[in-house]
Amino acid sequence: MKTTIRIYTALVFIFLYLPIAVMVLYSFNSINSTGVFGGFSLRWYRELFRDTETLTALRNTLILAVISSLVATVIGTAAAVGIDKMRKRWVKSVTLAVTNIPMVNPEIVTGVSMMLLFVFGARLVNASGVLGFWTILIAHITFNLPYVILSVLPKLRQIDPHLQEAAQDLGCPPLKSFFLAVFPTILPGVLTGAVMAFTLSLDDFVISYFTSGPEFQTLPIRIFAMTKKRVTPDIYALSTMLFAAILILLIAINVLQARSEKQQSKKKY
Amino acid sequence: MNKRSLGARLAAAPYMVWSVLFVVAPLIMVGYYAITDSTGAFTVANFAQLGTYSDIFIRSIWFSLIATLICLVIAYPIAYTIAMRRERSQRVLVMLVMLPMWMNFLLRTYSWMAILEDTGVINTLIGYFGIKPFHMINTPGAVILGMVYNFLPYMILPIYSVLAKLERSMIEAAQDLGAGRFQVLTKIILPHSMPGIASGLTMVFVPSVSTFYISQKLGGGKFDLIGDTIERQFQTSYNYHLGAAISFVLMILILVCISVLNKFTVDDEGGLLI
Amino acid sequence: MTGTESCIISLRGVTKYYNGEAVLRGINLDIHDKEFITLLGPSGCGKTTTLRIIGGFVTPDEGDVYFNGRRVNDVPPYKRPVNTVFQKYALFPHLNVYDNIAFGPRLRKVPESEISRRVKEMLELVNLRGFERRSVNSLSGGQQQRVAIARALINDPKVLLLDEPLGALDLKLRKDMQVELKNIQQQMSITFIYVTHDQEEALSMSDTVVVMDTGEIQQIGTPEEIYNEPDNAFVADFIGESNILDGTMVSDFDVVIFGRHFECLDKGFEKNEAVDVVVRPEDIDIVSVEEGMLSGVVTNVTFKGLHYEIIIDIEGFKWMVQTTDFWPVAAVVGIKIDPDAIHIMKKSKYSGAFGDYSSFSEELDKLSELEAQPEQPPVEEEIID
Repeated sequence: MKTTIRIYTALVFIFLYLPIAVMVLYSFNSINSTGVFGGFSLRWYRELFRDTETLTALRNTLILAVISSLVATVIGTAAAVGIDKMRKRWVKSVTLAVTNIPMVNPEIVTGVSMMLLFVFGARLVNASGVLGFWTILIAHITFNLPYVILSVLPKLRQIDPHLQEAAQDLGCPPLKSFFLAVFPTILPGVLTGAVMAFTLSLDDFVISYFTSGPEFQTLPIRIFAMTKKRVTPDIYALSTMLFAAILILLIAINVLQARSEKQQSKKKY
Repeated sequence: MNKRSLGARLAAAPYMVWSVLFVVAPLIMVGYYAITDSTGAFTVANFAQLGTYSDIFIRSIWFSLIATLICLVIAYPIAYTIAMRRERSQRVLVMLVMLPMWMNFLLRTYSWMAILEDTGVINTLIGYFGIKPFHMINTPGAVILGMVYNFLPYMILPIYSVLAKLERSMIEAAQDLGAGRFQVLTKIILPHSMPGIASGLTMVFVPSVSTFYISQKLGGGKFDLIGDTIERQFQTSYNYHLGAAISFVLMILILVCISVLNKFTVDDEGGLLI
Repeated sequence: MTGTESCIISLRGVTKYYNGEAVLRGINLDIHDKEFITLLGPSGCGKTTTLRIIGGFVTPDEGDVYFNGRRVNDVPPYKRPVNTVFQKYALFPHLNVYDNIAFGPRLRKVPESEISRRVKEMLELVNLRGFERRSVNSLSGGQQQRVAIARALINDPKVLLLDEPLGALDLKLRKDMQVELKNIQQQMSITFIYVTHDQEEALSMSDTVVVMDTGEIQQIGTPEEIYNEPDNAFVADFIGESNILDGTMVSDFDVVIFGRHFECLDKGFEKNEAVDVVVRPEDIDIVSVEEGMLSGVVTNVTFKGLHYEIIIDIEGFKWMVQTTDFWPVAAVVGIKIDPDAIHIMKKSKYSGAFGDYSSFSEELDKLSELEAQPEQPPVEEEIID
């Protein structure tokens, strides 16, 4: 029984990692093939750094992810605080329902619906070619917001409801009391939301595809354009590097988390 | 009403304005475009045309259903195995399940193309053993495999998170009351994991039924799905009105699916299941 | 408004509505300097709302709040010379013990050296020497409680507000903290306004007890007055055990219960006025039928440690008697009540609501107590130091 489970688990993980392994392997291929392995070489990594279009797309993606996640974190955290304080039941449930829309709606519908809004808006003011940096930024902020809100809200529910009052009681004006007493307490939720928003933005293809224009390409859009034809392994080289970066980041986060948890438990006893 | 909390409640105002502008208004736009023609006049022609796409709708739903069920069958034992581990290895395993999702999904799908091709990785490998190549790419099976592969983690994670919360003492109590292994599974574990299963089903079905990249790459364009049709209206034939009508129907379809499944998921916390 | 000037805090006709329902109706209350005053009542009686109005977290819809004769209705909490110890302490989880206590003085830009001296002083006061660098999350409930008190007291408030501060502690620790709180109040010689639903706590700590119910003050008095001379049936029933009977005041010092005349110490009622009569269970003697003023049958006996609790059925009314003598069930006994054990109250809206002990059972009593306080289950306490 135990071995069956082990073998089964192993098979599923092989399935999950097979395409990634293939990608990593062929990024080191010495010949231009994604089927035959000609030998080890760093040729595609070198070519990657000469491909200015891909590098621009990478830069665009990072800019977009940073700005959209920052804006979404600010608006979303404020929104979560507001939602938490809402007294009227129906206002709260309507707001939460609207928050859920971008998460349950298929990405393609979210994408085309925003595209239609932008096109319609442009027609109203007789502008053309509106799709570009600003529209894709708005789209990214929009789909990031729910994730920020839903990671901050539970933290707000957990904290002592009198925390802010306690700060005011000790002589702190209302707004300052929020930043001194409440904000540090919900900070983990805010950070989780920000990281989630950042990675979602980094990875998004479908919504970006419908809301961006030719002059602002993100990496996923660039990859899409490349895979329309036969890809060369330099894109494999890029994704291998991205994968390695993410892997290192995740391991670092995990190690840090484990360490702080250890300290916490030490303090307790 | 306490006026001092007014400021706090106003904090949600920017978000609410944003939601109206960029979540609600776009959905209204979909409805508006669906019932108008290019001159802006009211028409039902867009919906009338949908009849010709019925086989695409049926194929999309059929493929996605198969993919969703395969995901469930594969995911449940894995989720269960992970949930029964010690906490430390649980965390590592969950991380391993999530990790592939951090890789660009276009590339992962493209990589499957390289694996399944007639001259691809698998056929090259088995060629070394003198086995004749299989034809795998550009078949319905390849499309469904692409769906299963891309969305499997969305099934594993919600099921895992409900199973991880399952009290072991509950299983012990059932055993103490005379339940056998099979009865523990059917009477305790399965009912308890229903919310996770329901949420996994939606999280796999929704992206499967609306995908367009997977079918293009692994189906060779031979098996158009709803997503392909919508994409074409917006990116090549520029018939936004027909595209909006199809999107509208897709939305309704998914709304129905979710409301049916919602009967199982009573998660009033409103939190994410993963 | 006489007296307003001599009081540190006065409430005049304070009324508060929530969703159209009055939770406080016309509260008039004078709080004197250096007084330990307790707002006592069941949950929902308005005691916490009253405290929050004094703290400035709730604005009254009608009526006025005065601090030293100055109207403070619109003064926000951070400008009021009072500090609060919150129900679940509301310590700042991201700050350690020292920084929590230093929070107030830092806002007032007190020099850091002075703060360090004062924090030390406060930690001495609450018996937490050497806890400066501890994380507040690692403290036990009782210790967190002390930090909350220190955090409030370091600001030298004229008045300290305490909202059920011992509600989350277990019984033993609660008793110790009661004594300690009283000591701290006397040592600092400031006013404490204390909110609780625990009548024993109220009686043992307070100079003045304010009994509240349904948004109104039922009685204000010293613990002795409240216990010995309750104003109405609610107070009599809420504070300790009581037998509350219907009686008629035929003349001064003469009340009729069960058709029999009893001598009492009360006067000033109208002739033949219907009244509520309170007799505390510990003030009743069980004697032989011949010696008894009334006689009945023992229906229930419970051993309570210090005494027996005996239920006696007298002509259908179930009396509770607390005595050190044992009487078996079914024994026919008489009871004797001294004149000073009888207390006469005017009829009120509570008359008849609190009857005899016919449906009396320990479990029921406990259950209803739990129901009344759902928001604060007692927390298991482990003392670490």
